[in-house]
Amino acid sequence: MKMLINVPETVVADALRGMAAAHPELTVDVENRVIVRRDAPVAGKVGLVSGGGSGHEPLHGGFVGPGMLSAACPGEVFTSPVPDQMVRAAAAVDSGAGVLFIVKNYTGDVLNFDMAAELAEDEGIQIAKVLVDDDVAVTDSLYTAGRRGTGATLFVEKIAGAAAEEGQPLERVESLARQVDANSRSFGVALSACTTPAKGSPTFDLPPGELELGVGIHGEPGRERRAMMTSREIADFAVQAILDDMTPRNPVLVLVNGMGGTPLLELYGFNAEVQRVLGERGVAVARTLVGNYVTSLDMAGASVTVCQIDEELLRLWDAPVRTPGLRWGM
Amino acid sequence: MLDADFFRRWMTAAAASVDREAEHLTALDSPIGDADHGSNLRRGFLAVAAALEKEAPDTPGAVLVLAGRQLISTVGGASGPLYGTLLRRTGKALGDAAEVSEERFAEALDAGVDAVMRLGGAAPGDKTMIDALVPAVAALGEGFGAAAAAAERGAEATVPLQARKGRASYLGERSIGHRDPGATSAALLVAALTEAAG
Repeated sequence: MKMLINVPETVVADALRGMAAAHPELTVDVENRVIVRRDAPVAGKVGLVSGGGSGHEPLHGGFVGPGMLSAACPGEVFTSPVPDQMVRAAAAVDSGAGVLFIVKNYTGDVLNFDMAAELAEDEGIQIAKVLVDDDVAVTDSLYTAGRRGTGATLFVEKIAGAAAEEGQPLERVESLARQVDANSRSFGVALSACTTPAKGSPTFDLPPGELELGVGIHGEPGRERRAMMTSREIADFAVQAILDDMTPRNPVLVLVNGMGGTPLLELYGFNAEVQRVLGERGVAVARTLVGNYVTSLDMAGASVTVCQIDEELLRLWDAPVRTPGLRWGM
Repeated sequence: MLDADFFRRWMTAAAASVDREAEHLTALDSPIGDADHGSNLRRGFLAVAAALEKEAPDTPGAVLVLAGRQLISTVGGASGPLYGTLLRRTGKALGDAAEVSEERFAEALDAGVDAVMRLGGAAPGDKTMIDALVPAVAALGEGFGAAAAAAERGAEATVPLQARKGRASYLGERSIGHRDPGATSAALLVAALTEAAG
């Protein structure tokens, strides 16, 4: 497998050095692996810290900046960061207004952020925490580690980030984040497995004529494998899975997210099918985002995330944002 | 009696064993996880070995607390907090005695395993490291060799189980038929006790 890397051990550090060079508006601490918006801590503003394994770029470091995250902690590829990183990030962004940890529901992320919250509180930083768990592909979640956090993470980070930017208090920013998560559902498909630098070969075996339905974002196989389907059939399946789990009464935000190895040509075509199904099902779409936002290295495939919104959430979604991976209005 | 030097040898042997088996652990983690268990644990245990060389704590408890803290600070994922907690809690339970009996160590390890079960919410049969650790602790009274054999049997017994915790749980029934990488690395850690005992 050919990769544009030096050695697997330095992949994350090398990427952070390159990110620092490209984005002088961020403070990138390569050694301690913390990415912070340069003007942090912002007086009176709640700090937003997220993080998780690397390999999902632009998530999370690419969403650091005015209107979104205050800081991000990248772990090793697909591996949760360690508590030291999160405590350092919290200390760097806390202005006294407290810090919200945005955590995707994976055992490693949850355990490390829990430990970090305890340590940060020992240092006098007020911490609140929201768990993102939007993946409807995880069935029988009573018998698993619970639903995974995937595409809704972007919605949570953007909307909570806008509220924090307005100066809203920690309690309010936290409850908005929870509301966004509770109103979001995702479903993903993989057309190929991804290749981690450490392993150097695809993490699971997916024959050319087949696809995985219900994959997560770590190259873990999905729940079901089928013969390859058309874009239209995949959209029908994914949106059905989402609407089986929620009945939106209001307009929705839609994210058609690429896993990293699927071109925009295909993603836009897929989005056309997603919009068609939603229309047929009477779901009004307020805003749509199409692109590679919550990726899985070089995996081919896509996920759909739907978030039911109200006027307040739509206003916060539309609010200006300036980050490497998401930028509008400023 | 077991002194600080014994526990340093244990951690050094564990580090060497994880280093040797890293690719095997990662291979086990590929079909049901995300293919990084070996590389993550290797990074952590090499940091443990380096820290112990630098600091050389002089009680059994201090050796294990330092090792646990290193794992929490370097491994990440679920393995970091879980293995870190195992060693930290075991070390804390040993207190500041200069030497401990094998019986005392067995009790302390039991407390460590209990802390891991509470932190991760896993019980025996969930296809996790607990499936190797619980039988190992139960057999520790018969010596390190018996504990190592029990841990290995426990790890092998995860093959037909369906995962209920960790990332493998997302696979549901498709996790059946694979040996759990966490139980496998836990068995390596227990087997390193026999090496430390010489």
